[in-house]
Amino acid sequence: MIASNLDMAQLLPIFLPLVWASILALAVFLYVLLGGYDLGLGVLFPIAPSDRDRDAMMASVSPFWDGNETWLVLGGGGLLAAFPLAYATMLPALYIPIFLMLMGLILRGVAFEFRFKSSRYRWGWDLAFAGGSIVAALMQGLIIGAFVRGFTVENNQFAGGPFDWLSAFSIVTAVAVLSGYVLLSAGWLIMKADEALREWAYGVARYALIAVAVFIAVFSLWTPLLHPEIADRWFSPGNLVMFSPVPLLTAAAVIGLWRGIAKRQRFAPFLWGILIFMLCYTGLAVSLFPYIIPPDITIWEAAAAPKSQLFMLYGAIPLLPIILGYTAYSYYVLWDATEHDTYH
Amino acid sequence: MFSELDPLLLSRIQFAFTISFHIIFPSFTIGLAAWLVVLEALWLKTGKQIYADISRHWIKIFAISFGMGVVSGVVMSYEFGTNWSELSRRGGNVIGPLLSYEVLTAFFLEAGFLGIMLFGRERVPKAVHFFATCMVALGTAISAFWILSANSWMQTPQGFTVDSEGVLHVADWWQVIFNPSFPYRFTHMVAAAYLTTAFVVGGIGAWYILRDRCVSHGRVMLGMALSLIVWLAPLQLMIGDMHGLNTREYQPAKIAAIEAHWETRRGAPLVLFAWPDTETQSNLYEIAIPKLGSFVLTHEWDGEVRGLKSFPPEDRPNPIIPFFSFRIMVGIGFLMIALGITGAVLWLMGRLYTTRWYLQAMAWSFPIGFIAVLAGWFVAEVGRQPWVVYNVLRTADAVSPVPGGSVLITLLLFFVVYGIIFGAGIYYIAQLVRRGPGEIPPLPDAGEGDPSRRPIAAGGAP
Repeated sequence: MIASNLDMAQLLPIFLPLVWASILALAVFLYVLLGGYDLGLGVLFPIAPSDRDRDAMMASVSPFWDGNETWLVLGGGGLLAAFPLAYATMLPALYIPIFLMLMGLILRGVAFEFRFKSSRYRWGWDLAFAGGSIVAALMQGLIIGAFVRGFTVENNQFAGGPFDWLSAFSIVTAVAVLSGYVLLSAGWLIMKADEALREWAYGVARYALIAVAVFIAVFSLWTPLLHPEIADRWFSPGNLVMFSPVPLLTAAAVIGLWRGIAKRQRFAPFLWGILIFMLCYTGLAVSLFPYIIPPDITIWEAAAAPKSQLFMLYGAIPLLPIILGYTAYSYYVLWDATEHDTYH
Repeated sequence: MFSELDPLLLSRIQFAFTISFHIIFPSFTIGLAAWLVVLEALWLKTGKQIYADISRHWIKIFAISFGMGVVSGVVMSYEFGTNWSELSRRGGNVIGPLLSYEVLTAFFLEAGFLGIMLFGRERVPKAVHFFATCMVALGTAISAFWILSANSWMQTPQGFTVDSEGVLHVADWWQVIFNPSFPYRFTHMVAAAYLTTAFVVGGIGAWYILRDRCVSHGRVMLGMALSLIVWLAPLQLMIGDMHGLNTREYQPAKIAAIEAHWETRRGAPLVLFAWPDTETQSNLYEIAIPKLGSFVLTHEWDGEVRGLKSFPPEDRPNPIIPFFSFRIMVGIGFLMIALGITGAVLWLMGRLYTTRWYLQAMAWSFPIGFIAVLAGWFVAEVGRQPWVVYNVLRTADAVSPVPGGSVLITLLLFFVVYGIIFGAGIYYIAQLVRRGPGEIPPLPDAGEGDPSRRPIAAGGAP
């Protein structure tokens, strides 16, 4: 009994950060997917064919945006709880893009409530929804780009300047993330919209897919140049074989999505889009693991005390499946509630 | 020029502004969600259309308020890192899990069932819709539980150790969550939220009766609000008193600031009005009742009350904001009790719905709960300075390594963005209130044109 306790005491600090890194990675991934199609609709808002289509686009996500955004809150809150050092280093470094993202999310979020209540100022809420979504998507891209490039850290504190997040790399990431979100939201509309809007969404998806494919190629070359460790990770002989499914599957998914658009399939484009995001995300994880503040701080160095991580895990293990369950139920019940069910 | 800006002061202003803005909405939606549960239960039980009318009307007001609470709440979960990274680094082991539990047990619950509550009325069985409404209300209450636990722990920390690098580690989770001030702060805040909602609902009900519109709805609203206020307002005074005794034990400097007591003495007076002067360390223009201060704070006429001078100058809060905010909060508390009792007496006399001066007083009182909540939080938060974790971590040591210029920019942006959405939110809520319940056809799709033109925002038709 004593022996096994000792083993636990040694294993937990190794094991728990891995578990929490996985849970947070899942939360951020779900946000990127759900928040992605959600923000993408806002990006497409200004170029939608008609005002009627804008109504339908917004209506298709009205019941879900709050839940989608909660994954972002879990990402932030979970990072503070599981990796306080990473949270305390990254957020000051990303001060300006984080707040611009939040303000974008505020403006687009209230637009869901206000747009339909206003006739005279509807254009203003259209602007808030589109502008807020575009700013939030771009800032999320900048944040990811800056995160991959890494931060200046001294004595467990951010020690760089207020604009360190701004670089050619992060600007390109921002545009890449924006086009990825547009791809997802086009897939969303293809599943849910009426025929005319759907046809328009196929066209959007095609352009977005070309952009996404180009950006994936660019990042596959650029990221290894940023840190020699990343190049080693991918291109050392053994790893090259082990990780080769990631780029190969990505290429397959891009082709699958292209054919899905050509064949006017209803669900395939969104699902292929999810797969592309998943693979890019996996690629990023392969590049960065085990660093949470590349290239200095690992998940073990940034981890909260085992007692804190364990305390949260007791709750997270039963709660996450329940959350996923009622979220799925809500999507199921309200799936086609967009056009007909004004609730009063 | 930007290098001279003080990031600490600006971060404090920004946090105060963003959290004050945020708390307005939970203060309202915690009570409103619970009331919507009661209305829906009454409708299911009695089948009376009036409860359905009122609930369908207020659900729209709830949707706007809840949405504004959500978007302003997301900001809070990032501000601990952007502006208070040293608090996060050193206190993350303790407050991080509490905030994460709030997300896992409350935010997802609210968000997951809000969609069904707002959009699912015609799509799910009545029982499922009622369940969704209950889950949203439960979510708001659980959210209050965790956030007040975290805040109370920062006010009265226990159950932790500090390592050689100044990082806090939890020794006992039970002691952390149920820290000494938590039971008082939690009940005080939940009661405050219920009272805030009751005064909004009762005030609007009174206004309908005065305007002779939706009178039957107005009567139900005023009656239900009053039947809460009449016992909860006096109970709140007692909870507040117990909270005060607890604060005197754990944060005596805060009590000294609230009461503007500079000297430690027995039989201390109750200062009704004064200008606490930090230069001379005394009160100007003081109006006080002898001995009452000791009685209120210790429940003994000759109890000893510590003054601010008994604390080292670097450990004292500035008394001006706690002193005045406290008087605003307590004054509103007594006003609530008076309005509750007067209303109950008029009700018993059968004159509640016809006494115009009373209806007018209630109608004008609709925002007093919000003012009291904000004033109360200013007492709690300014009064615990200079500590962010009481006697453990100073606010000045908790701030992020971010230049003042960055904070100034985001603060100004918050003024603009929150100004716009607050103005719009109030405007659209006022529009809904003016339109009133029961005047909209209850069923959708009455065949009026193209359905996709119809709005489905929870707030309703343009």
